[in-house]
Amino acid sequence: MKAYALEWYTHTMSLKTSRKTSLRGLKSMKRIVAKEEYCMGCGLCEVYCTVQHSKSKDIVKAYKAEKPRPLSRVRLEVNKPVSFAVQCRHCEDAPCVAACLSGAMHFDEKTGLVSHDAEKCIGCWTCIMVCPYAAIRVDAERRIVSKCDFCVSISVPACVSNCPNGALLVKEVEA
Amino acid sequence: MKAKYVIVGGSAAGIAAVEAIREVDPSGEILLVSEEPSTNYSRPMISELLAGETNVQGMKYREDIFWEKNNVHVLIGKAAVRLNVESKVVELDDGVKVEFDRLLLATGGRPYVPKIEGINREGVFTFTTLSDAERLAARIKTGSRAVVIGGGLIGVSAAEALVKRGVKVTVVEFKHTILNLILDETASRIVENAVRKSGVEVVTGQTVQRVIGNHEDDSVVGGAVLTNGEHVPCEVIVIAIGVVPRTELAVTAGLKTNRGILVDAHMRTSAYGVYAAGDVAEAYDFVLNENRLLALWPLAVMEGRVAGYNMAGKEVVYAGGTSMSTLKYFGVPVVSVGVINPKTDELTEVLTKGNADEGIYKKLVLREGRLEGFILVKDIEKAGILTHLVKNKTAVEKFKHELLSDDFGLVKLPPSLRRKLYMRV
Repeated sequence: MKAYALEWYTHTMSLKTSRKTSLRGLKSMKRIVAKEEYCMGCGLCEVYCTVQHSKSKDIVKAYKAEKPRPLSRVRLEVNKPVSFAVQCRHCEDAPCVAACLSGAMHFDEKTGLVSHDAEKCIGCWTCIMVCPYAAIRVDAERRIVSKCDFCVSISVPACVSNCPNGALLVKEVEA
Repeated sequence: MKAKYVIVGGSAAGIAAVEAIREVDPSGEILLVSEEPSTNYSRPMISELLAGETNVQGMKYREDIFWEKNNVHVLIGKAAVRLNVESKVVELDDGVKVEFDRLLLATGGRPYVPKIEGINREGVFTFTTLSDAERLAARIKTGSRAVVIGGGLIGVSAAEALVKRGVKVTVVEFKHTILNLILDETASRIVENAVRKSGVEVVTGQTVQRVIGNHEDDSVVGGAVLTNGEHVPCEVIVIAIGVVPRTELAVTAGLKTNRGILVDAHMRTSAYGVYAAGDVAEAYDFVLNENRLLALWPLAVMEGRVAGYNMAGKEVVYAGGTSMSTLKYFGVPVVSVGVINPKTDELTEVLTKGNADEGIYKKLVLREGRLEGFILVKDIEKAGILTHLVKNKTAVEKFKHELLSDDFGLVKLPPSLRRKLYMRV
């Protein structure tokens, strides 16, 4: 089979429109793109995501001391020899935002990202039901959901900067 | 009065319509009429409020200044009583006439109250609005006893909240299993076990025949008499049977209605310039391939959004919804989508894994090799992929057993399909 560059983009999931431009009028947006032909299935994306979302930001403490152990918001999927990382695609017209019962899941106009407010989350699982990528994680301990926040506090998301083979990258994509 | 956009109803569909209109038209005048004193709150969260886990501020669905920010003129506590589609005028209960260019009917549903002897006694509540929850919360204390009529989503959510408040609850369900509209027998059993474990009494195959008064004051609830004659003493009765669409305005205006208001894929009613969305509208179901009533919050939002775009002149087609529900109550996560109790014929195949004793359960319903519905109990994280397959009517015959596996994920889908469903390149 010919090798092809599979790229996981965001796209408009829920509404069919007769439009040529973006629904929200966005021209382009930064998104994490996965290239499965480069993924080795090492799982470092999960490790560094966990660390980045820990209190200590320390790998040993994050895994051994913090209770509950912080949850990775990216999920490595493996079906040997194929593997790739799945994290929130930050869909422009996100089904999870429309479906959210409490308003916790929302489109952040400043960042252009789908943002989740853990304080407002009631753990109803409605977003889990509608996310076509299954990119939203169940945080069973806290009975809420958790998902990729694009590591907004650092310049490059931790899963991307720590991927040893360039299987994850940040790309400017058309809206 | 006059406004370019008039919206009747200030809940899910109305709010979503405002957001969509403002994406397209930043300045057109929007007038929203809300009969309910509270707007902009999450209706599903009334059980959290009753349970004492949140307050009115915590239930805000959008930011506090949502209406101001979107420059919406909101009329609170006013009902739209008449609609003239020729002159494009809505009349309110205070006699004010509002001219509109585009109108959205997002009037929702009202709780169905059965004709039961004694149902008017003090202490009988419905459970769909913020004020319902506040009134009920004020009525109960630790040790109170409550009978919940109806073992559906609303009934189970009310039961859980009441238990958290230390109330002794009896749920009375007319059919033989609770949550029978969204669960099959096995899944229902799992949830029922958890419900019982929390101390709730579940009575199935029965309904409340009579509400009786208490010893001191006959006008106040003292108990419920079931169809089998059993007498359940209680101070509070919660009616949770279902909701009926509020179509009065549409019917008197001569719009085409069935049980709900009929709409097309643009959420347009039969009258020019008049749209309907949410629990009052019969919108498209992509599994059954027909329009039907589905009183579900996420669908109301989607429909309201589509209506809003089209009202503002941006042509958007509603992709449809289907019966889709999640449960979190009593600590059992459940997702149920599409057809889950199929008619058994040679075209239908049912695959299951797990059982009621284990408390983990998966059920897939296939029709002609395509996923038509599913139930997941406990292990729910991949539900969205299955929903996507249902929605896309994807042929899953060749990898159907993968769908049940514990490590199911996108990577288990055939590469060509993965590309077709998910890639933009």
